[in-house]
Amino acid sequence: MESLKSVTGVAVAMLRDNIDTDQIIPVPEMTRSTEETHERWGAGLFAYWRYIKDREPNPDFILNKEPWNRATILLGGANFGCGSSREPAPKALRGFGFRAIVAPSYSGIFFNNCFRNGIVPVELPMATVELIASQVEASGGAGLVTVDLEKQEVKAPGGEAFPFKTPPALRAMLLSGLDEIDQTLLRKAEITDFQSKDRSKRPWVYAPGLES
Amino acid sequence: MAAARTYFDKVWADHVVADLDGQSQLIHIDRLVLHDWTAGWIMPGFAKAGRKVANPDLVFTLVDHLIDTRPGRTRSQSNAATGTEIIETARKHITDYGLRFFDIGDRRQGIAHVVAPEAGIILPGMTLVCGDSHTCGNGGVGALAWGIGNSEAEHVLATQTLPQSRPRTMRVTFDGGLGKGVYAKDMILALIGKEGANGGIGYAMELAGSAIRSLPVEGRLTFCSMAIEFSARTGFVPPDDTTFEYLAGREFAPKGAAWDAAVRYWRGLLSEDGAHYDKEVHIDASALRPHVTWGTSPEHVLGIEGRVPDPAAAPNAEVRRQHEKALSYIRLTPGEPIAGVPVEAAFIGSCTNGRLSDLRVAAGILKGRKVAEGVQAVCIPGSASVKREAEAEGLDKIFKAAGFEWHESGCGLCADMGNKRFADQRVISTSNRNFEGRQGPQTRTHLASPATVAASAVTGRITDPRPMLG
Ligand code: SF4
Repeated sequence: MESLKSVTGVAVAMLRDNIDTDQIIPVPEMTRSTEETHERWGAGLFAYWRYIKDREPNPDFILNKEPWNRATILLGGANFGCGSSREPAPKALRGFGFRAIVAPSYSGIFFNNCFRNGIVPVELPMATVELIASQVEASGGAGLVTVDLEKQEVKAPGGEAFPFKTPPALRAMLLSGLDEIDQTLLRKAEITDFQSKDRSKRPWVYAPGLES
Repeated sequence: MAAARTYFDKVWADHVVADLDGQSQLIHIDRLVLHDWTAGWIMPGFAKAGRKVANPDLVFTLVDHLIDTRPGRTRSQSNAATGTEIIETARKHITDYGLRFFDIGDRRQGIAHVVAPEAGIILPGMTLVCGDSHTCGNGGVGALAWGIGNSEAEHVLATQTLPQSRPRTMRVTFDGGLGKGVYAKDMILALIGKEGANGGIGYAMELAGSAIRSLPVEGRLTFCSMAIEFSARTGFVPPDDTTFEYLAGREFAPKGAAWDAAVRYWRGLLSEDGAHYDKEVHIDASALRPHVTWGTSPEHVLGIEGRVPDPAAAPNAEVRRQHEKALSYIRLTPGEPIAGVPVEAAFIGSCTNGRLSDLRVAAGILKGRKVAEGVQAVCIPGSASVKREAEAEGLDKIFKAAGFEWHESGCGLCADMGNKRFADQRVISTSNRNFEGRQGPQTRTHLASPATVAASAVTGRITDPRPMLG
């Protein structure tokens, strides 16, 4: 799994609420190929907004403009990543180059998927996100933002630092880049123990169609 | 004395394998459902890494997402660019691993969240995950079920567990009797309209009240399938006699003494009086009318007598921007009555409203009537079993005589799986999501109940179904 400790870069503001995963990556972009590369996923990001038709860039869309096309941090609105559970959504963001999102709230499924795809989703109040966005925009994108997962702090271009919290287990996974399945398999004995106790309590769970 | 506990508290506690960090826990997953798309994506890597399936008995696989639904389809037929390849990859690896598989042609094939309850795969008090956000529909039988991403699906396949943070609890109570022509779909749309599409964020939602209790299980499944459109982590109806009657005798439900023991166990899970909920919502069910969406979020919803809102009257600038954007996509004018808006297509199906009772309601309206000139109308039964039962009752004949196409089961036109037939059209749909492009490029989706969709198909305009109900 890809690790992340800290990212400093251009932050792009897309402050609309409820940016859903169908917008982040539409279904046809997901079925287009079975390749698993950053380029492939990144090309599908916001496809309906980003391209006029097929791959012709829409010059009005913010991610097609300098310097926002180099953004590594996305400033978003409430309920970011809502809708479909598709993991290609964080893959597309990561493929484009994003390593952090800063928004007031997320859909739970999307939030978890980010950590597994090298992106830290940071929760900060809308007023803070707007403040950072206004500083970035005032500098024409030259004012960089830092999202530091080790310190759990976002630094705005103006220098103010905003602390944030992430679930400790997901944070540790992203910091270390260790494979989550391997980590859980270290607890194999605990899982087996749980199942054997549970089996006597709820036998029907372990033998679908159990007849007795 | 121990504090009174909710159904959720008890079911969650039943599944904690280990505490991870004081905030999240390793949760046991009782049922993993893999559909073609998830299996086709994750299994090649899973096999290559030499991973083992932790508990093959607890895994169920099927084909629903990428398969074409048109009559006469072949086993891997798909409208999506790489759909056939993904279905075949899924099939190969599922067979190699010897997992239970409801392939095309199997009597039990169908949409995951239709099949799981109807085959008794999902039972009260269980946890179930699947790579589709509407997995929460399984909560209709009192399960905790939610959608997951591909990495999580791999994790469950390899460990039968998932790290999860504990959601907060919410109770939504619908009291009062539902009026004629008002269904579970209208109830969930009304809730989202009242509380907003973010209203459930971070919550596990328990449903309560006399209107919920009097819903048949299929209605409860419809309601819970849209818990995700309310942004809730999951939604569920604690089980009662209606649930037990529905599940008894189903293929994967326990039988005999095992069934009796299970029912006793499930009764012990019910919420206790005085249990604490982090949030409570009350809705008077008797005041509800048929609902239909006007925009591109499920919260953009109106009673059938309503008018499209004017962005100028929005409570704040952000909502105004959203409404303006939604109206420009959906191409409606502020102040226009929603009833009477012409539609070009009608869709009945999906994991939300593709069950037998849904088809019966629609057929009740379609019987002896015809779909309006120029409207393409498609019915996709939610599972092979729904299709068989509907055909045994002659519902297929009613649909076809009215001018509906009658398809094989699958997700079909609920999402844009490469079938462009709704491109740039206005569709009245029993599906669950009205986002931009959800049902096809530039497709303008209006969500409604099967009755409203059938009535609108007949008139060619968004129509109140009540006068057409016998
Ligand atoms: S019918 Fe639609 S919402 Fe339901 S599982 Fe299929 S694609 Fe998902």
